[in-house]
Amino acid sequence: MTFIAVLSIFVMACFVGYYVVWSVTPALHTPLMAVTNAISSVIIVGALVASAAAGSPVAKWLGLLAVVLASVNIFGGFAVTARMLAMYKKKERPAATEEKRHA
Amino acid sequence: MHEVAANPWVALAYLIAGVCFILALRGLSSPATSQRGNRLGMIGMGIAVVTTLVTHEIASLPEILIAIAIGGGIGFVIARKIAMTAMPQLVAAFHSLVGLAAVLVGVAAFLNPDAFGIATLMVPLIGDPVAVIHTASRVELSLGVAIGAITFSGSVIAFLKLNGTMGGKPILLPARHLLNLVIGAAILLLIVYFTQGQSAWAFWAIAVLAFLIGFLLIVPIGGADMPVVVSMLNSYSGWAAAAMGFTLGNTAMIITGALVGSSGAILSYIMCRAMNRSFISVIAGGFGAVAGPSGDGAAIDRPWKRGSAEDAAFLMSQAEQVIIVPGYGMAVAQAQHILREMADKLKDEGVRVKYAIHPVAGRMPGHMNVLLAEANVPYDEVFELEDINSEFAQTDVAFVIGANDVTNPAAKTDKTSPIYGMPVLDVEKAGTVLFIKRSMGGVGYAGVDNELFYRDNTMMLLADAKKMVEEIVKALG
Repeated sequence: MTFIAVLSIFVMACFVGYYVVWSVTPALHTPLMAVTNAISSVIIVGALVASAAAGSPVAKWLGLLAVVLASVNIFGGFAVTARMLAMYKKKERPAATEEKRHA
Repeated sequence: MHEVAANPWVALAYLIAGVCFILALRGLSSPATSQRGNRLGMIGMGIAVVTTLVTHEIASLPEILIAIAIGGGIGFVIARKIAMTAMPQLVAAFHSLVGLAAVLVGVAAFLNPDAFGIATLMVPLIGDPVAVIHTASRVELSLGVAIGAITFSGSVIAFLKLNGTMGGKPILLPARHLLNLVIGAAILLLIVYFTQGQSAWAFWAIAVLAFLIGFLLIVPIGGADMPVVVSMLNSYSGWAAAAMGFTLGNTAMIITGALVGSSGAILSYIMCRAMNRSFISVIAGGFGAVAGPSGDGAAIDRPWKRGSAEDAAFLMSQAEQVIIVPGYGMAVAQAQHILREMADKLKDEGVRVKYAIHPVAGRMPGHMNVLLAEANVPYDEVFELEDINSEFAQTDVAFVIGANDVTNPAAKTDKTSPIYGMPVLDVEKAGTVLFIKRSMGGVGYAGVDNELFYRDNTMMLLADAKKMVEEIVKALG
């Protein structure tokens, strides 16, 4: 891809990000941070390229280390977001089961 | 990489992954759609990883799978075990990993540019062939490494501060602004120099200086400014990913980087606005290091009222509406569960209970909302500042637990106060204010005394937040 094509995608994505993030409800700002954390680990793509390539063993091992770090983030980030989001409930919950959990 | 980029299906797959990420954030516009959004995010990530694996000649698949398994296992266990109150430090720790991963990928790309398709092989007359990295790629690479390194060391400091390993008080080095400016300028010059000649020492120097400035930038920033810092580092981790995306010409990475970058930037802006402070003044640091001019001196002799748990229980059970105002102190005392029990008891007595959240309550955006959700407080009982502030005047009891500066009426009236102009919750307009505080001695983060304590309609409940609420629950019977 030409640089200008890549740059166009980037600029457009910034605008999309701007509007999408403003629409996030403030109550979910912590899950927002957790999930953006997880998706920014898409940098794993670069890590995979580095560790897959033959040629430089140092680059390969650095890549593998980056794969480990990014995987911690991907699995951890999505899992902790899912855990948080599962806690957000509306009113009128079955009272009996809730009491048990905190007994 | 060149033949990969030529395949339209691959580009399409990365584009789909990017769209999934956009939809993941879109889902967060309401708790009802948020879980589906999160699943879309996971799908997007799956697509990106699988696409990369199948379209590259993999010299070492077992190692890669083992690396993913190790990292994934660690991440999964942490996500399961972590206490909700520790969420700010977890997010900071995760940011540092993104930053470090970006640096590692950048270094790997520098060492093996051929694999990333960013170099042309030059064969000189004498000696080994040299891979010459394209000029544009040099810019992207050095920027990515610099941002990644700042994200890493900054997040490590943020983590240590949030975790309590390092004191929350700002640490002020002499001439720190000058030092930071010099290092910042040096990094920029080195990037220019590296772009000109691809010199290895410049590349390493950029990385080292960026690590250093990340450390120096965050050290002078105090504990309660951490919501801004964490958001800012979130933003940086996005820009680092975007820079790497430019290097690889990968749409998924570019879209994600832009999303995360703007997300963090917007959150920082929201936090700064909620504190009525400029982004620059937060980043310059040092806030709360010295007590403000209208500080504690005058406080000592002023009369205030002290109440007991029984008084509080009686007042609240007689009320028509109670608004609970939680703050960081609630998180520290882990009082959210017992607080919800108290609210349940009050509801049984026919009292309407609502929660009012200030945007900077806690140590990260939305911190209080997560803790209340954890304690099974329904999210439709929890309100943001602007949605509930007009209701205090018609409320019988405002119950302040662990919040301080965000309730200080001086922010509206006292022009000499360091927090003047900051939007605050109008708790003093409620019939009675019940204010839980450990002792009368301490001041809030801003180092200012709170006018609220000395008002006629305020009753101070001096105790640990959790103990006090437990006693109120007992008194409610």
